[in-house]
Amino acid sequence: MKIAVCVKSVPDTEAKIAIGADKNNIELTGVRFITSPFDEFAIEEALKLKEKNGGETTVISVGSKEVTDVLRDSLARGIDSAVHVDDPDLTWLDPLSTAKVLAAAIKDGGYDLILCGQQGVGGDNGQVPSILAELLDLPHVTNIIKLEVDGTKFKAEREIEGAHEFVEGTLPAVLSAQKGLNEPRYPSIKGVMAARRKEIAVKNAEALGIKGQVGGDNRKVTIKLMTMPPVREQGRRLDGDVDQQVKTLVGLLRSEAHVL
Amino acid sequence: MSQGILVFIEQRNGQIRKASLEALCEAQKHEALSGGKVSAVIIGENIKALADQVGKYKPSKIILVDGPEFGAYSAEAYTAALAEAVQKVSPKFVFAAQTSMAKDFLPRAAARCDAPVISDVMSFVVDGDKLGPVRPMYSGKCFGQYEINSPLAFITVRPNVFPIAEEDAAFKPEIEELAVKPENIRAKVVETHKAEGQKVELSEASIVVAGGRGIKGPENWGVLQDLCDVLGAALAASRAVVDAGWIDHQHQVGQTGKVVSPQLYIACGISGAIQHLAGMSSSKIIVAINKDPEAPIFKHATYGVVGDLMEVIPKLTAEVKALNNN
Repeated sequence: MKIAVCVKSVPDTEAKIAIGADKNNIELTGVRFITSPFDEFAIEEALKLKEKNGGETTVISVGSKEVTDVLRDSLARGIDSAVHVDDPDLTWLDPLSTAKVLAAAIKDGGYDLILCGQQGVGGDNGQVPSILAELLDLPHVTNIIKLEVDGTKFKAEREIEGAHEFVEGTLPAVLSAQKGLNEPRYPSIKGVMAARRKEIAVKNAEALGIKGQVGGDNRKVTIKLMTMPPVREQGRRLDGDVDQQVKTLVGLLRSEAHVL
Repeated sequence: MSQGILVFIEQRNGQIRKASLEALCEAQKHEALSGGKVSAVIIGENIKALADQVGKYKPSKIILVDGPEFGAYSAEAYTAALAEAVQKVSPKFVFAAQTSMAKDFLPRAAARCDAPVISDVMSFVVDGDKLGPVRPMYSGKCFGQYEINSPLAFITVRPNVFPIAEEDAAFKPEIEELAVKPENIRAKVVETHKAEGQKVELSEASIVVAGGRGIKGPENWGVLQDLCDVLGAALAASRAVVDAGWIDHQHQVGQTGKVVSPQLYIACGISGAIQHLAGMSSSKIIVAINKDPEAPIFKHATYGVVGDLMEVIPKLTAEVKALNNN
């Protein structure tokens, strides 16, 4: 079984976010980058499937040098090989552009399964997996929390509002992982050592045959202005013992806040 | 020339999703800018009766894509239906609510039209005939105002943010049936199970009661659930208690869980880690209940109650119940 895992390098979820000087992006100085948390579930699922069915796993990411650590982390967990799409023309991509780059990197790979995290933390778009499936003309299921693969058939469970859906389909397919799919393993020391010796294949837009077609002025959406959320008014600490506080709270929620 | 707005109206089992009506009503506000009319599309099996429910919100036209292929949800079938409706109407924008269904297939349908999607929009900046959707990023730690450089763009709006306009039962939109025969369906829903333990859907709830480490153990969820029941609220949780296995991930609010914007968010025993704040700080009113007066959550709370949860919550429940009975 040949599995591709698409991963994204994102600012640490514990990071405080500040707006950069050009006002259309966040300030990246001093920000630590991590593997997008949802991608960890995709990586783990690929490793589990390989352990069960044999085959090979490849991790693919688009971005500049901060991607290297994320790819090494995937290799350290046990992924066999890595592809780094690195091109100055392919930066600040919107989801459609990112999916076009990934599709170009994946289309001739003969993959049985393409796994992604359900969204890249930060951009929070959650669009790449289903766009990628469309561009590759494959079925897809997003937000999966359980997966069974049997030959070329799969059954996936996904979360929807107030219910769980069970989707059956055929491979090859694109599936996106939600938290709950598995418990991601940590890289072992041995894995970290082995990862240092593995080669990361670096490709640019030209090598993928998409030079001048994706990114830059081809982007159909761009961020014009980033802003911080409005500062909340200083709230109020209620006085008195618990009984008094509760009575005051209910009164305020009703008469001042009008939410009861 | 693309003009007008097409709104995807989601239904499951013949129930129209409220958030879809919010999207429809918001679309109406941008009708003039779109240079055309607002129309709606409903996809499903035996859905013709739903046209009346949607028609009250005055779309000029309702397109029905009705057939057995759309009974059980399939991303591929729904993509085919929406893409054909888009081709038929040739709109400037497609609006929808940011729901799990839309999140699953809308980007795919947009890609078929080679159009971008701007998802989870919470407000719009209008500049002449330009629509600038604004959406939270980094789970609401900041916001991005987008510029669209495409004749067609898909926009999903966050549930619970945009109001539903008054209905007009006398309004009669044009109804058009569109026959779509989706081919090559390789994945589809075979079963749906109702999730246990959540009576009100978290992402659409107007009141949310959330528990963190301060609840001390999974045996105490009942105390919070009682409060949820009297408030008609959804139950939520911090990452800490989800990771500890006290409750299922579907309840998690924060950067790796759900992002919610209810009218009232009651944080019980939640210290206020940055990644949790990201998921709920756009709530209209925030109540923090914590025994630690120094907990960071108090800086973000509209009202703060310092006290032991196990004492505060039952009293709060009783007080609300008394209010409901009056």
